[in-house]
Amino acid sequence: MLEQLSIQMVQMFLVLLAAPLLTGFIRKVKARLLRRRGPPLLQPYRDLIKLARKEVVVADSASWLFRAAPYLIFAATWVAAALVPTFGTGLMFSWSADLIAIIALLGSARFFLALAGMDVGTSFGGLGSSREMMFATLAEPALIMIVFSVALIAGTTQLSYIAAFVMYAAGLRVSLVLGLVGLVIVAITENARIPVDNPATHLELTMVHEAMVLEYSGRHLAMIELSSQLKLIVYVSLIACIFFPWGLAPVGAGLNAHVLGFAAYAGKLAAAGAMLALFETTVAKMRVFRVPDFIGVALMLGLLATLLRFMSESL
Amino acid sequence: MPLSAWLLGDAALLVLGFLGVFLSRARAGSALVYSAAFVITALLCGVSVARLLTGGEAATITLPFGLPWLGAHFRIDTISTFFLAVVNFGAAAASFFAIGYGRHESEPGRVLPFFPVFLAAMNFVLVADDAFTFLLSWELMSLASWALVMAHSREPANARAGFVYILMASLGTFALLLAFGLLAGADGHYAFDVIRAHPPTPVLAGLILALALFGAGSKAGLAPLHVWLPLAHPAAPSHVSALMSGVMTKVAVYGFLRLVFDLNGPADWWWGIPVLTAGAGTAVLGVLFALLQNDFKRVLAYSTIENIGVIFVALGLALAFKTHNFGAAAALAMTAALFHVLNHAVFKNLLFFGAGAVLAATGERDLGKLGGLLKNMPATGLFVLVGCAAISALPPLNGFASEWLVFQAILLSPSLPSWALKLLIPAVGALLALAAALAGACFVRAFGIGFLGRPRSDAAKDAHEVDRFSLVAMGVLSVLCLLAGIFPGVIIDALSPIVRALVGVSMAPQAALGWFAIAPIAESRSSYDGLLVFLFIALSAMLAAFIIHRLASDAVRVAPAWDCGFPDADPNTQYSPESFAQPIRRVFSGFVFSTQESVDMPAPGDLRPARYELRVRDRAWDIVYKPVVGAVQKLADVLNRLQFLTIQQYLSLVFAALVVLLLALAIWT
Repeated sequence: MLEQLSIQMVQMFLVLLAAPLLTGFIRKVKARLLRRRGPPLLQPYRDLIKLARKEVVVADSASWLFRAAPYLIFAATWVAAALVPTFGTGLMFSWSADLIAIIALLGSARFFLALAGMDVGTSFGGLGSSREMMFATLAEPALIMIVFSVALIAGTTQLSYIAAFVMYAAGLRVSLVLGLVGLVIVAITENARIPVDNPATHLELTMVHEAMVLEYSGRHLAMIELSSQLKLIVYVSLIACIFFPWGLAPVGAGLNAHVLGFAAYAGKLAAAGAMLALFETTVAKMRVFRVPDFIGVALMLGLLATLLRFMSESL
Repeated sequence: MPLSAWLLGDAALLVLGFLGVFLSRARAGSALVYSAAFVITALLCGVSVARLLTGGEAATITLPFGLPWLGAHFRIDTISTFFLAVVNFGAAAASFFAIGYGRHESEPGRVLPFFPVFLAAMNFVLVADDAFTFLLSWELMSLASWALVMAHSREPANARAGFVYILMASLGTFALLLAFGLLAGADGHYAFDVIRAHPPTPVLAGLILALALFGAGSKAGLAPLHVWLPLAHPAAPSHVSALMSGVMTKVAVYGFLRLVFDLNGPADWWWGIPVLTAGAGTAVLGVLFALLQNDFKRVLAYSTIENIGVIFVALGLALAFKTHNFGAAAALAMTAALFHVLNHAVFKNLLFFGAGAVLAATGERDLGKLGGLLKNMPATGLFVLVGCAAISALPPLNGFASEWLVFQAILLSPSLPSWALKLLIPAVGALLALAAALAGACFVRAFGIGFLGRPRSDAAKDAHEVDRFSLVAMGVLSVLCLLAGIFPGVIIDALSPIVRALVGVSMAPQAALGWFAIAPIAESRSSYDGLLVFLFIALSAMLAAFIIHRLASDAVRVAPAWDCGFPDADPNTQYSPESFAQPIRRVFSGFVFSTQESVDMPAPGDLRPARYELRVRDRAWDIVYKPVVGAVQKLADVLNRLQFLTIQQYLSLVFAALVVLLLALAIWT
């Protein structure tokens, strides 16, 4: 009981602390790939602290929702992040939300982010919200179909049981491979990475995520930034937990296993960050109306993986 | 509580309707009628819930009305008790809302008499125990609601809505009439208990399923029979729209359940297929059209179609599992369907009340002329926000809990032996997920355009909060959205006797799990705890806000919007409802609806304004509605000649009809 509670607490604060670091690491690797020196690894922390200390400028046409939304978005994302196993599966509250509920929590965060984008009543905010919801209408069913295929293989939608099943009993399956590719596409879309969106851009016509948060400043912006960093780490953890669960400490394991799990998780984060940076430097951003085709691939892969599982127990 | 209590309540509603004719002329008449309707329906709801929890035995009464050799049979069992509770709950909420809202009614004389009759008719459908009483009540329900749709018949769109509605409603009743005719057989067993004792042959049962799907489905709004719904529901006064969308569609679901799960004998293996297909198609079509509407009430009406689709998907799953003897899975799917019935009644009523409040405050239903209402109507805005989040299936609210159960039921389906179902159900799952995601976009759009941003018209700018009755009605419903979302286990346990009555088994009791968690099959398979999720979100949001305000900064400066350095004072530069939906319209147009965009751009130097026109067309309109209207009008033209016959010709017609009927009877027996 106490042990599970401590694992849960460590997990909660681990994701919170690691999220800016992952972003800093990706920026650093990207800069190095472009033969730039890049900002220091800890720069995202400094940015967050600086933003949090600044005065907030709120547009006069904003309602209370604009000021409440950053905390709601942060809370929903953080709860989701706290429930995805990272270094060990013995989380105390893992039963309180299964994979579908975790995805829906991220959906809640997006719902309020899109509303916040529309609250001030500027054309850019509406543009961002409208496009974000368009991406979401395809990315969310794709994600649900991938979850279906994984859940049907493992016979459960609880992440800790899925991880254990993939680790010991699954073997290599076609539907798992399809699911992995689909989930990576969804993760790129949902986290507003190239080629769907550019996290570094401030060119108005290309932004989606940035357009929604354009009016935010100070501590509100800090919360939004932290939430999007958390969201990235949720998706990386999700991919790692479902498809590469090796190294995860099982329920009731000793301290050694958890230290090993920690090391494995750090390795997985670094690998994922490096691959994302490499991928982002090699592709160009797409036109907005090409994105549905891109996410459509994920949807089709998810559907195919689920259908395969309906056809045969072993695929 | 004996059955006579419900009948007495319904009779009181009928009397109230009669009194409404006179009371509508009095000044306080409207408040009086709605208060009385509230008291009666709240009592009926209370006794229904009490009966549900104590598990009363089925009771029957036969009254000497109706067909002379049959009488009027009434019966109350667990299934009808549940629907009585839902219907009277929605009716009580709408009546309470209307105590305040009814003041804005310009023609009370056309609403007050029909409102209680409509409530009574829905109640009578639920307790009817023979085909004649059922159809009579069903038709009374249709006619009373038609009269309410036509309350403002001088607006040309409403007259057309009323025509389409009465046509489709008659068609639906006709299908049900045929279904009951087939069930009754040659000997005319119209009482339900006799029908139950004589199940139809498999071929006939299949035909009855099709007719039930048509008859009850057209009332509920199943695609492609939904064309009347988005016209008729918004045309009525808002509290009546809430009743039609949130409650009357549930009576239609009840009709389907009664016919297919109770009267139609053992189900065949394929019965789930048409129900699943219709449900999944309806869910996606409904929400896609909801996304394209500018009229707030029409958005809600189309979203009703979507939710009916979700309910029918769950019912189809329950049918499929039941016929293949997967008891636990059937119980899960049926629980999901009934839970969603309840949830939809709560949040759809809430949202229609919100639309009514907006209409009362601004006189506008067009989202494109609203905006910024959250500031002038903070309470209404908050309640509508809760409703929008609940209907978009966001945790920890109630819409998510029932949709989660549907997804869990889908995940149990690979073990079904039938290949057709195995191939169909993954596709249904994908469509359901698509519908859920589109619903999120739809309600971000509705709330974001209507309540956020800057006001797009003077009416929206000068809006003010509505009366207290309306606010209390909305507030209670939004609290219920939250409560049902964080204590889903309590509701699942309360639903178990109804589920057992419909599919033979019920889900394992959830109360044993602790912390109000729910686990449909086993905790290792899937579990969800709305209460904990809610507490976690609330605590971490408050913790974050507290820490930042305490340790970092809490300074705020209010300034004009930045907007990348080029703010525009004109509120028309904001995203409009059309422009918000444009990306999604572009992605999905072509295969489900046809859109025509035309841009009229004047030549340089020409001073006339540029025009952009968008036309969205529902294909179901051409496929279903137009042929029906064409046939009806042609038939009317032909029959018109009968009006101008001589007396000899009339007499010979009567004689010929008599001879034909006697001949038919002689051949039949």
